Amino acid sequence: MAESDTIPKMSARGVNVFYGEKQAIQDVSIDVDLDNVTAFIGPSGCGKSTFLRTLNRMNDTVASARVEGKITLDGEDIYGANMDVVQLRARVGMVFQKPNPFPKTIYENVAYGPRIHGLASGKADLDQIVEKSLRRAGLWDEVKDRLNDSGTALSGGQQQRLCIARAIAVDPEVILMDEPCSALDPIATAKIEELILELRGNYAIVIVTHNMQQAARVSQRTAFFHLGRMVEQGPTTEIFTNPREERTKDYITGRYG
Amino acid sequence: MSSRAIPEVETVAPRVARTPTDWKGDAMRRRIAGRYGAERRFRLLGLAAVALSGGFLLFLLITMMANGLRGFTQTQIALPIDFPSSPLVIDPASLKTNPEQVLAGANLPQVIDHAAVAAFGKDGGRFMSAGAVTALRQAIIDDPDILTRKATITVPASEGVDLAAKSNGSPADEAAVARLKQAGALSTGANLSFLTLSDGTDPTVVGVWGALKGSLLTMGITLLLSFPIGVFSALYLEEYAPRNRWTDLIEVSINNLAAVPSIIFGLLGLAIFLNVAHLPRSAPLVGGMTLALMTMPVIVIAGRNAIKAVPPSIRDAARGIGASPVQVVFHHVLPLALPGILTGTIIGMARALGETAPLLMIGMRAFVASPPGGITDPATVLPVQIFLWSDEVGKGFIEKTSAAIIVLLIFLLTMNSIAIYLRNKFEKKW
Repeated sequence: MAESDTIPKMSARGVNVFYGEKQAIQDVSIDVDLDNVTAFIGPSGCGKSTFLRTLNRMNDTVASARVEGKITLDGEDIYGANMDVVQLRARVGMVFQKPNPFPKTIYENVAYGPRIHGLASGKADLDQIVEKSLRRAGLWDEVKDRLNDSGTALSGGQQQRLCIARAIAVDPEVILMDEPCSALDPIATAKIEELILELRGNYAIVIVTHNMQQAARVSQRTAFFHLGRMVEQGPTTEIFTNPREERTKDYITGRYG
Repeated sequence: MSSRAIPEVETVAPRVARTPTDWKGDAMRRRIAGRYGAERRFRLLGLAAVALSGGFLLFLLITMMANGLRGFTQTQIALPIDFPSSPLVIDPASLKTNPEQVLAGANLPQVIDHAAVAAFGKDGGRFMSAGAVTALRQAIIDDPDILTRKATITVPASEGVDLAAKSNGSPADEAAVARLKQAGALSTGANLSFLTLSDGTDPTVVGVWGALKGSLLTMGITLLLSFPIGVFSALYLEEYAPRNRWTDLIEVSINNLAAVPSIIFGLLGLAIFLNVAHLPRSAPLVGGMTLALMTMPVIVIAGRNAIKAVPPSIRDAARGIGASPVQVVFHHVLPLALPGILTGTIIGMARALGETAPLLMIGMRAFVASPPGGITDPATVLPVQIFLWSDEVGKGFIEKTSAAIIVLLIFLLTMNSIAIYLRNKFEKKW
């Protein structure tokens, strides 16, 4: 691979995930780097979301889940004894499938993260972080006059951008997006995709999607998952125009999925 | 591939010849009529059930009001007293410095009796309640100069006269009422002392304050113990405890505890708090602890349900930006679950407020004639007071019982209103 000489932001090697006896992920190895948006594609139930959730240890809360293999962030093992899971999740932020703003004000939604991590030194500083995050999420102009309205009163697309602003506010290094547009209409989806392209370069972004056009539009690298295995990964253009594996070809041409 | 697939789909199976459904036929019409009939019968049945329960409630309210409201009024007698000629033995000089003490030792009952006989004949003293002495004492304290002249004081009538004036009493009392009415001495006043007095032997001078205060203290103890214990148990079991055989066992035990008859909790309180821990008998402290045992499982169950109802996506959202488990619970889960927890708490507290049986076991059924000064003083509570009065032979206690029930119901309604207010205040939509 082209970028093999630089240290990847995150890298996974030989990752297996089990839910009880059932193996959900088999031997996945992948690198995530800062300059590219990485898309995970694959049919439903192929394990792409499960794998995404191992990258910030969200699976820890599932009692039966067990992760094998090695995942590193800046070379540091995220399942290692020295890694604090709370800090890890601040560094590796997450945006969920369904917009899930807190039932608090728009301001509080964004300010919550910086506040619990002590990132703001005062009220003015916090105001600034909130404004900057909302601007980056492309939501500032729409909500600047009603920061004290409830976050749940926004439209679905606005809620999802609020969730992105909330994730950005704690200044993460990686942002994981788990099918962020699947609950949104096409116009809201277009806005989120635009936002992803703008955020690229500042954050390492991993997006799970089963919309192949979306993967083609926003990502530079794509990994194809099938039945818990990563079948193929590479530059997005290559995967979509010239896949090496027969299964990948079948999926992107719509033979199954 | 799809270009070849489409023609295959077009080869449709030949349509099977069958008679078309007759949507307008008699059989259909009957079916429709039957459906509407069933709908109507179901609605009527529901309406009848609602009307029946509403009727019972109305009946309860009306009988209680009819009986109980009389408990808040008191028949009074205007008693003329000629102080200079009365047998009162008192030192006017010391009256100025310390009237309470002087009058406590004075022969006021004799004065009342003397005046009553003078005004209403030889059995006049029998018309006056024991509370007449209090009224006279107050009159003298208010205006000491009264002792130098003739004055008319309004005093409460005795139980018999009170009953005869309000409804029907014994023939002798009815005759007395007729005589008093003729003299124009009879009147009806509000009996606010019902809210300030405690238990007693004469139904004209009893009140609910002692029981009410006992109830307040007991409920306070119950709330202080059961709310934090219940909420923390619910939070731990829902958010932290691993799912295994032990937590299953705890869950089953808590559910069973909520169904245990309350008298068993009374026995438990008697055995542990009184016999082992040697806490004071009949005290709100022990009553509150016993009721807390009973209320806690209700709060745990309601709390767990409320916590379960908080959408997992909120927990994910908080965890996703690096909130620690404690922060997830206290910043997000608990505030969202609070309305449900409060509702459960109020239901549990309302049950505890109306509870009698366990309190009988720990001795809160004693005759307590003064309001408790603190949580370790002997006390009784409203439902036990009602139970005690309903057992009294004196006819005057009937209306006092109903009046106490009204006070208890108002207390309950107030509590529930506060609960609804709090729930609406904290409720959030998402």
